[in-house]
Amino acid sequence: MAKVSFREELCKGCELCKQACPKGIIEMGSHINAMGYHPAQVTDMSKCIGCAFCAWMCPDVVITVEKEGKA
Amino acid sequence: MGVVFERPKSLTQQKFHYCPGCHHGIIHRLVAEVLDELGLQDRTIAIASVGCSVFAYDYFDVDAIQAAHGRAPAVATGVKRSRPESIVFTYQGDGDLASIGAAEIIHAAARGENITVIFVNNAIYGMTGGQMAPTTLVGQETTTSPQGRNPKNAGYPIRMSEMLATLPGASYIARTSVHDPKHVRETKKAIKEAFQVQVEGKGFSLVEVLSACPTNWHMTPVESLEWIKNEMIAYYPLGKFKSAEEAK
Ligand SMILES: Cc1ncc(C[n+]2csc(CCOP(=O)(O)OP(=O)(O)O)c2C)c(N)n1
Ligand code: SF4
Ligand code: SF4
Ligand code: SF4
Ligand SMILES: [Mg+2]
Repeated sequence: MAKVSFREELCKGCELCKQACPKGIIEMGSHINAMGYHPAQVTDMSKCIGCAFCAWMCPDVVITVEKEGKA
Repeated sequence: MGVVFERPKSLTQQKFHYCPGCHHGIIHRLVAEVLDELGLQDRTIAIASVGCSVFAYDYFDVDAIQAAHGRAPAVATGVKRSRPESIVFTYQGDGDLASIGAAEIIHAAARGENITVIFVNNAIYGMTGGQMAPTTLVGQETTTSPQGRNPKNAGYPIRMSEMLATLPGASYIARTSVHDPKHVRETKKAIKEAFQVQVEGKGFSLVEVLSACPTNWHMTPVESLEWIKNEMIAYYPLGKFKSAEEAK
């Protein structure tokens, strides 16, 4: 089991995380954040494998990744 | 659940001012991760340059100086020679390093200064609105080459890494890219090796990172990844041009 969380206020809607996700579970929200961007969000967290590809690509350090079994 | 990825401690909490999808943010983060992992934060001094990354001193949670355009390697030389126990790195764009600062980078490498250079090559002057840089590709449209760079009057783009690697004073020279997670990992590894060269007192190290400027390339951030992969890497091959073992 894994979980990604987004500091939505930092997201610029660039979609690099969405492009990198091997599970295709990142989509841009329909709402906008304070900067005026559609922030990234996960559609089905149960499919997340905790690979952190999304976080590796994020230029704005929006994403934190947690995974079961990691110290 | 345990954390497998979080914001590195060597970054401040300051929000980056960069455009959406700008790779400066990825490269800042990788430098900060390396400083964290090597335990260097407390003794590192960053030398910021002129370009979009001019505010790097606000983002790296280390001591910093902002140098005049192109002069970061000269400032780094002075800092490192007077404080040899400090870890000193410059963070420079391709306009800064390959154009106005060409002399400074060449002579710092030639002298074998024990500093680390993070060279962000986005093939354009980002900050000033997308003019042609020495690194702009042949045919690439910029505000000062609206018909595309023509080598007949603008010459050919400079491969700085290859050129610097010919200097006996240079100890570590690598070119990497951050257009996908695998290459982000490889870039981090190269940045780590470059800082290790400095820690071990082995001399001049530089990592050139191919980087997107979606705004001035007039592409989406995702299209920019493809342009790096298909166009930039074709002219700027990735690899290690010099490692500390083969230096001198
Ligand atoms: C002495 C001097 N000349 C020219 C400029 C204008 N100038 C500011 S940034 C820049 C080039 C920036 O390009 P680059 O180093 O590639 O950084 P980027 O913004 O692309 O990351 C120039 C020419 C300046 N600030 N100072
Ligand atoms: S950690 Fe991996 S699987 Fe989970 S959202 Fe990020 S990229 Fe997708
Ligand atoms: S990569 Fe980062 S900034 Fe870009 S859309 Fe994803 S979370 Fe937002
Ligand atoms: S102009 Fe280009 S280099 Fe500068 S912040 Fe925007 S995308 Fe990045
Ligand atoms: Mg540039």
